[in-house]
Amino acid sequence: MTFFTRRRAWSASSWTLFLLALAAAPAMLDGGFELELLSKVMIMSIFAASLQLLVGCTGLVSLGHAAFFGVGAYATALVVPQAGAANLVATLAFAGGVSMLFAVVIGLLVLRTRGIYFIMVTLAFAQMLYYVVHDGKGFGGSDGTYLYFKPVVGMFGKTWVDLADGRAFYWAVLAVLVFTLGVLRVVMRSRFGHALAGIRHNEQRMTASGYPVFLYKLASFAIGGALAGIAGSLYAFQYGFVNPELFSWHQSGNVLLMVILGGPGFGGAIAGALVFVLLSDWLSELTKHWQLIFGLLIIVSVAMLPLGLTGGVAACHATIERLCARRRGVPAKTVPKEERAL
Amino acid sequence: MTLATFFVQCLNSMQYGLLLFLVASGLTLVFGIMGIVNLAHGSFYMIGAYLAYSLTALTGNLFVALALGLVLSLIFGYLLEWVFFSFLYERDHLQQVLMTYGLILVIEELRSILIGDDVHGVAVPAFLAGSIAIGNDMLYPVYRLFVSAACVVLALALYWLIRKTRVGMKIRAGASNREMAQSLGIDIGLLYRVVFSLGFGLAVMSGMLFAPVSTVYPGMGAQMLIVCFLVVVIGGIGSITGAFVAALLIGFVDTFGKVLWQEGAGIAIYLLMAVILLVRPAGLLGERAMR
Repeated sequence: MTFFTRRRAWSASSWTLFLLALAAAPAMLDGGFELELLSKVMIMSIFAASLQLLVGCTGLVSLGHAAFFGVGAYATALVVPQAGAANLVATLAFAGGVSMLFAVVIGLLVLRTRGIYFIMVTLAFAQMLYYVVHDGKGFGGSDGTYLYFKPVVGMFGKTWVDLADGRAFYWAVLAVLVFTLGVLRVVMRSRFGHALAGIRHNEQRMTASGYPVFLYKLASFAIGGALAGIAGSLYAFQYGFVNPELFSWHQSGNVLLMVILGGPGFGGAIAGALVFVLLSDWLSELTKHWQLIFGLLIIVSVAMLPLGLTGGVAACHATIERLCARRRGVPAKTVPKEERAL
Repeated sequence: MTLATFFVQCLNSMQYGLLLFLVASGLTLVFGIMGIVNLAHGSFYMIGAYLAYSLTALTGNLFVALALGLVLSLIFGYLLEWVFFSFLYERDHLQQVLMTYGLILVIEELRSILIGDDVHGVAVPAFLAGSIAIGNDMLYPVYRLFVSAACVVLALALYWLIRKTRVGMKIRAGASNREMAQSLGIDIGLLYRVVFSLGFGLAVMSGMLFAPVSTVYPGMGAQMLIVCFLVVVIGGIGSITGAFVAALLIGFVDTFGKVLWQEGAGIAIYLLMAVILLVRPAGLLGERAMR
């Protein structure tokens, strides 16, 4: 009893601290570069959290999640005005909506498969969209297209905040991250979210209990797709261009990497995104062949950290606790596995 | 389209389909028997193509290169399983996906460091370099016919190995019930190592055989991997016959797609997959349910 409440309180306070630290970061960092990097971390966190909804919460391992990221980015690039700033909220809603539409259509097909075939089929659909934007007319081919203006936040034609300023953009991304985490939290706390967890644990039993499992999975896929599309839209705004590489299977692989290496829960997804973005940025400055080191790191971490980064931290924590407990002469509590997931 | 062009395109489709079948069979073999999703299978194919390039440059003869490559790949596959996969069987699929993803990055970068990022051609041996005439004005390269023949021979050899030999019997036993096979005295660890090196060898051999036709370029592995996934999904789960039918189907759709519908050439085979998923989600010859 005390264990659960203590744990929940700890979790809530660490989330608050983390988000406050992110909000205060612009005051501490003076370089625009670091701020841009942190913005990228947050965008990738949204992307990874949206995939976590599928992988960690519903048990759908998608290797084609970049499809929706790319759709969101392209939808943004194609809809923003050429000669002026777009409205951020409206554009994000549009990009999220288009991605959700794609997710529903693709989901109707891919959710007919399971497990390992789901991995293959999602990858194939992402690749198909890659070819569509690569070879199709009006998408700018392999070079993609450019966005010339940063968006603004406002209403009824009035500009409240112009996001051309790096800090303003940073805070806007943070706000979207908080929104995403809020949505995901509400989803997971709802009956719907509990049903998703049930599907992840035992799909047959959920079917037998009369749940419309396919619809639930489709809804999860659609929400995940929409949030990924929002992340893609932010990405397009941050870098000012989109190209087919956004759909590439490296992108899908990397985001899955963040989710798996990060560990369970949305905190895990964010930890994964943080480590991934910072590490790849740092390594790519060191050497042209940074992916070699990166690949080796992945292999080593799979061998050493079966529960991901947060799992590794939790394991260290548990070991320390056990050692302390042994010193005090008290038998150690073991954390139930279910409590560790999510 | 004249009859001769049609005939040539049919030959091309068949040859591409046979090649796909060979690569995909390595993938299904490893997955079907060991339960490992090998994302690096495409990279193995690429290793084959680059082996063909460097060994031909070294020895001056594609056939010597092929023989050397076969031996090297079997040894290398054996070691690879031992170092990277032997501890993964008890783990979740996700971990295997990650591990093989890491392997892809490592293999791609090693390739870039050792050989570079340029596109290379591989010379065809002199006696296979000619073409035969089809109709009045079409020529068909003999080497492509040779590739098709080699694929058929390799596929038959694989069939013979799995169906008619003692090793094959053990492999099938291990596939249908791992614990039971183990308790009957079959060394599962060794068996898996052999199967993995076999799958690796198949990918490498396909890459080597096809290198003179396809040229050798950096992104070839990923491309091949995704098409192999299509073969597995369309053909149906755990069905070798299905994989064969699907590979040929993809060969035809892709080749004729490029001729008849140039704008959509890239997506034709994906549309095929979408249709199959809609009509028969378990694939053409797959079992009813997919678990």
